Amino acid sequence: MKKTVIITMCLLLAGPVFADDFTKEDTERWMAQFEQVAAEGRRLWTSPEIGTNGVACAQCHPNAANTHPETYPKFQKQLGRVIQLWEMINWCIRNPLEGEELAADDPRMIAMQAYVHKERRGVKLNPGKH
Amino acid sequence: MSNKTLNGRRDFLKATTSGVIAGMLPVSLVRLAGATESDPEFTFAYISDSHIQHIKGAEFVRNWDRGLIRAVAEANLLEPKPDFVVFGGDLAQLGTKAELDHGAEILSGLNYKMRVVMGEHDYYLDLGEYWSDLYGEHYYSWDHKGVHFITLNSIITYDDWTFDRWESPERRMNEMAGLDNPNGSPFMVGRKQMKWLKKDLSKVSRDTPVVVFSHSPLQKIYKGWNFWTEEADDVQALLKRFDKVNVIYGHVHQIQYNQIDTIAFTSVMSTAWPWPYPESYAQAESHLPILTVPMNRADPFNERDATGWQFMNMHTGRVDLEFNLYNNNNRTVAFNHEKGHPEDTMFSNPKERTPTQSHF
Ligand code: HEC
Ligand SMILES: [Fe+2]
Ligand SMILES: [Fe+2]
Repeated sequence: MKKTVIITMCLLLAGPVFADDFTKEDTERWMAQFEQVAAEGRRLWTSPEIGTNGVACAQCHPNAANTHPETYPKFQKQLGRVIQLWEMINWCIRNPLEGEELAADDPRMIAMQAYVHKERRGVKLNPGKH
Repeated sequence: MSNKTLNGRRDFLKATTSGVIAGMLPVSLVRLAGATESDPEFTFAYISDSHIQHIKGAEFVRNWDRGLIRAVAEANLLEPKPDFVVFGGDLAQLGTKAELDHGAEILSGLNYKMRVVMGEHDYYLDLGEYWSDLYGEHYYSWDHKGVHFITLNSIITYDDWTFDRWESPERRMNEMAGLDNPNGSPFMVGRKQMKWLKKDLSKVSRDTPVVVFSHSPLQKIYKGWNFWTEEADDVQALLKRFDKVNVIYGHVHQIQYNQIDTIAFTSVMSTAWPWPYPESYAQAESHLPILTVPMNRADPFNERDATGWQFMNMHTGRVDLEFNLYNNNNRTVAFNHEKGHPEDTMFSNPKERTPTQSHF
């Protein structure tokens, strides 16, 4: 509905230029892209390669449970500020895995977040919750 | 149930709780005054799931080592001395000789007789062969002060998974080591051991207290993470013929307890790391016993939080557990004889619960 309105407005304002429209094939393709990245996230999650001591995230977080992505951003008292999910991921990389932190836009960080969110799909957003 | 026994129990609870408040060792004090010949009272300690993990050469994951070293050191301070210590399985992470040897060396610091349970992480590399060199039979029973004790190997699985599926023992071990691995396989006792169990129990009289040590829960909680034993119903059917049965299990790395007929179930903690309760996995249904008041959610900023070991008091055929939590208030789960099930002595009233006990 909303999309139709936007498209109509674009048509009215800009003449015969088509706004970004997409097909079912497009969404399937994009979903497949997401699934591929999430699968890479799962691979990293269960592999020791993110750290230096052989420990993997999945050892303590089976199915990425207890990562609560829906509660971010949230205040972490130990860090004294409101943080994003990736910062907490870095905490666990640095500590139990004795590894090097990843940049927020590192493809591995994005893949792990894709996996975490996928395992948590359907849970209501609840930013700030503890 | 005599008053004397109740006093003994209360003293146990009081002593353990005040030990916590004072924050000092010896960890726990027990009065044995309530013990009578027909109702002996004794104690034992329970350490489990240390997951000793080899890195390379002489290096092991420091975090897991610390958990086990601490349990051994604290258990040695118990006064009076426990009659024995049980290790509840998953001594190693990937079942290698290096890991089992390193773990066994730490455990050898215990000043007590030990009983050892097989965990899947000890087993699936060589099907328990090296473990046997260290600890002997995979399942066995013995009698102690009028109580019949049974140790089961509850982590075997279907033969086609164990023998026909993997190109190497290392691969097999790795596949079973991933808790949430969809290529895993459900834990089992197996027909041979079921037969043995039946025969073993046939010599025991109905009113003899029975205590079973298994690695996996002998009840069905969540199959996806093997909080589960395939023949749980059959094992329970064999056990519930006895008036007082207690099942103590590891594997779950969290506090769980339950009562099914005459069988009281209680889990033990890991010395290495805690696990989420299965209900915190949003994509699957699970069945945590409703009796269970969960442990606190772990503080990720404290590596020993939600890990620990147990001290147990056996009397009137039931086991009371004190969870010695390294970085949290201890918890006591004791058998409530009026209600007929184990209960948390502090938090059984829902109003007393804390926000940290909510898992989502
Ligand atoms: C030794 C066990 C252990 C390992 C290994 C581990 N974590 Fe954690 N992590 C924890 C615990 C315990 C918590 C706190 C859980 C809770 O809040 O209920 C936690 C919390 C988190 C949180 C925040 C959860 C929240 O509720 O805010 C994230 C995100 C996280 N871990 C990601 C990771 C990632 C990514 C890895 C691998 C790089 C990893 N963890 C490895 C134990 C571990
Ligand atoms: Fe374990
Ligand atoms: Fe286990």
